[in-house]
Amino acid sequence: MMLTLGHFLSLGAMLFALSIIGIFLNRKNLIVLLMAIELMLLAVNMNFVAFSYYLNDMAGQVFVFFILTVAAAESAIGLAILVLLFRNKSSINVDELNTLRG
Amino acid sequence: MDAKTGLFYVFAAVLLFAAFRVITSRNPVHAVLYLVLAFFQAAAVWMLLKAEFLAITLVLVYVGAVMVLFLFVVMMLDVNLDSVRKGFWKHFPLAGTVGAIIALEMSYVLMGGFREPPKLASSAGQIGDQVSNTKELGKLLYSEYLYPLEVAAVILLVAIVAAIALTLRKRKDSKHMDPAEQVRAKRIDRVSLVKMKSVVAAPTTVVPAEEKQS
Amino acid sequence: MTQTLSVSTLLAVPLAPLAGALVAGILGTSLGGNWVGRRLSHTLTILGVLVAFILSAMTLKSVVLDGARFNDTIYTWMTVGGLKMEIGFLVDSLTAMMMCVVTFVSLMVHIYTIGYMEEDEGYNRFFAYISMFTFSMLMLVMSNNLLQLFFGWEAVGLMSYLLIGFWFNKPSAVFANMKAFLVNRVGDFGFILGIGLIAAYAGTLNYGETFAKANELSKLAFPGTGWMLITVICICLFIGAMGKSAQFPLHVWLPDSMEGPTPISALIHAATMVTAGIFMVARMSPLFELSDTALSFIMVIGGITALFMGFLGVIQNDIKRVVAYSTLSQLGYMTVALGASAYSVAVFHLMTHAFFKALLFLAAGSVIMGMHHNQDIRWMGGVRKYMPITWITSLLGSLALIGTPLFAGFYSKDSIIEAVRESHLAGSGFAYFAVLASVFVTAFYSFRLYFLVFHGKERFDQNPDAHHDPHDAHGHNKPHESPWVVTVPLILLAIPSVVIGFMTIQPMLFGEFFKDAIFVDLERHPAMEELAKVFHGPVQMALHGLMAAPFWLALAGVVLSYYMYMVNPALPAAIKRRAQPIFTLLDNKYYLDWFNENVLARGVRALGLGLWKGGDEKLIDGAVVNGSWKLVGWVSGIVRRLQSGYIYHYAFGMIIGVFVLMTYFVWLNR
Repeated sequence: MMLTLGHFLSLGAMLFALSIIGIFLNRKNLIVLLMAIELMLLAVNMNFVAFSYYLNDMAGQVFVFFILTVAAAESAIGLAILVLLFRNKSSINVDELNTLRG
Repeated sequence: MDAKTGLFYVFAAVLLFAAFRVITSRNPVHAVLYLVLAFFQAAAVWMLLKAEFLAITLVLVYVGAVMVLFLFVVMMLDVNLDSVRKGFWKHFPLAGTVGAIIALEMSYVLMGGFREPPKLASSAGQIGDQVSNTKELGKLLYSEYLYPLEVAAVILLVAIVAAIALTLRKRKDSKHMDPAEQVRAKRIDRVSLVKMKSVVAAPTTVVPAEEKQS
Repeated sequence: MTQTLSVSTLLAVPLAPLAGALVAGILGTSLGGNWVGRRLSHTLTILGVLVAFILSAMTLKSVVLDGARFNDTIYTWMTVGGLKMEIGFLVDSLTAMMMCVVTFVSLMVHIYTIGYMEEDEGYNRFFAYISMFTFSMLMLVMSNNLLQLFFGWEAVGLMSYLLIGFWFNKPSAVFANMKAFLVNRVGDFGFILGIGLIAAYAGTLNYGETFAKANELSKLAFPGTGWMLITVICICLFIGAMGKSAQFPLHVWLPDSMEGPTPISALIHAATMVTAGIFMVARMSPLFELSDTALSFIMVIGGITALFMGFLGVIQNDIKRVVAYSTLSQLGYMTVALGASAYSVAVFHLMTHAFFKALLFLAAGSVIMGMHHNQDIRWMGGVRKYMPITWITSLLGSLALIGTPLFAGFYSKDSIIEAVRESHLAGSGFAYFAVLASVFVTAFYSFRLYFLVFHGKERFDQNPDAHHDPHDAHGHNKPHESPWVVTVPLILLAIPSVVIGFMTIQPMLFGEFFKDAIFVDLERHPAMEELAKVFHGPVQMALHGLMAAPFWLALAGVVLSYYMYMVNPALPAAIKRRAQPIFTLLDNKYYLDWFNENVLARGVRALGLGLWKGGDEKLIDGAVVNGSWKLVGWVSGIVRRLQSGYIYHYAFGMIIGVFVLMTYFVWLNR
């Protein structure tokens, strides 16, 4: 059976779905939340690379390059915020982070 | 089924398993390690797609730097493990359902709706066995996508500054004052007037001369 | 040759009293700093009215002898669309006669007030009010268009309100003045509708132009109904007259208006203001002649008023209220005459009635002054010994009122009775019966009053409510004659009460006097023609009258009242005991006041309360105003739960959104 674009895209979709489940489930652990976000980005990157291969266009890979950059920056800052939160609240329980409620 | 397809299925299966374990691990260190595994598998899949530069970058940058950072933070934070797991499986049905529907829908759309267009030889870049992926990427980055590249660099700079600024405790050599505190200062806390005689009798004990000179 | 009268003369007639009123009213009261004292204010106002009277008399002479007329615009206020709103004068014989009557009676009342209101604090204010009233009434009668008429109409209503409530610290006076104003308002509502209809269909408010279009208007029907337009217009105008001239059922304010000082009862509620309605209908005779229905309506209402108000006058104990009900009855007579198309007779009766009724009121006031402000006739009696001039003038006035031949009232009342008999309209039978029966009743109560006040035993000491006059140094309150400022007007009013009917009946009713002022359609309404056939001069009419029914009825009334109150004084009490239900009905004035206060007034207040509590508070404040913010609050309370503060909720929300969009696109592309 030939590998079609669809296979890779489905893989990306399933990864994405898993990360969504991860975000929704992890109410107590902020670190796992951040990791789920990384998974989401990975899923998207997978899609891009697959498209780049099957459409024979390098632009997809360039985009992945930039996404990697931004994801790195974002995780660094996210972890910095996490550290600060932990300093102030001594807990990484997401359920307690509701002071911005309406 | 050729080797490529089989390898794809193997890598995909491990990837999905690792992703599942990331989100359901009890121990956060385990979760990080599973994430590392997931990234490795993803890199392998990308190799299959002839995007070797990106695959290596994924491993080097993401796993090497970002995941290590995650590991540092996980180990630095003293987290009470039991409390973070309470109520986990309560929400699983709903989340599982939504996730499954999304995945199935996307698959349906993507599997059924795409037809591979004929492979055109694009001047933008070539993907193939004999083409150096790195070189092609480099060609594009430094010509067409130069501006976004510079912007990406600035983003990284901003990330550095932001991370430091957020977590920096007070600088030891900074002499700045909090203006709110300045305003809060009251005369009554700083100055007290004491009434005393203008002329006071000198003490009768004589201080020894040596002490004064030293 | 028709001359025109001079504008400045005509303008001076209403403006002279106005000037007097302003000086006395502003500079003479605390508004202007009390600069002008009592003598100066009464002098100035009397001077103003005197000037007006002299000029009116001169105008009457020009109109009658030289045939002068005036119909022009003095000042155009504005033009709206095609409708001109202007101040203008129409001076013909009808106007000139009214001007003379109004200014003469006003002059008498002004002089009288010097004596009557001598001890009152609001002296200057009173003079200002009665002069202002004179101005308003003159503007009303001299007007040449409906707008100015309405202005005068409302202005006299306002002055009536101010004067009835002159002693504003008395709660009964305040109640009475509000009642007068509000009942007038009901009439004015109809009046305004009539004016509006005329403005809409004739496109003008000017009398002359309206009358020119009258024939066209009479062919139109009121849209949406089967009624003729002219009938609706006339009935609406007459409703205004019903309010102002106190016809049944809008008569309820007039007896209460006796709360005001006696001079104004004489001026306003006998001679002038209440006659404004009669004047207006006579003025609008070209319109009324075109509608038989309206004329029937007028006649029936007049008949009801004439008869039933007379009954009420029989049982009154307040001297002023007897005369008030008498006024109501006589106004009914005038209205009946209008209904019979005998407009000139109605106006003639208006004139004679003005004189003898003002006389009767002023005489009553003189008696009240003499009796130290006691008004109850049960505690009078034998006053003729102490107040001879008042006695004689009252007798003359009463004789004129009951229609004694040769006196003024006889000519006008008998003409009315004859005119009604000749009318063929629906309801004329009832009206004839009413006016005839009312002659008896009128004579009865007039002479009941006369005998109880001036004759018989003196009952002053029996009054349980008597208050001892501080003037009375002798320790007994015997009446004394009033000063000359009071008695001279009585004498001056008694003279025309006696002679004016005799002198003016021929030219007024059967001559050319009202030729171009009043229009009568003699073919359809032949009453005046029939009257003219049997009239052979005032002396002959008097002799003929001695043998006619009204005279005998009047005589019977006098004799019966003499018997009941002089010969057998216990009889009235006995009759009252036997006929208690009738007495109660009359005492409660046919329960009309009860109806107005408890059903109408209370009903409207309840409606207002209901609309306030239910409509305003619950509906508008509660549901709309408060409800809107409460709704917003409630919705926000639900929506705010979306802002939980939890990131995973927000992320989940985003994902749901993506999911929905995906589903939508999957469906689209199926």
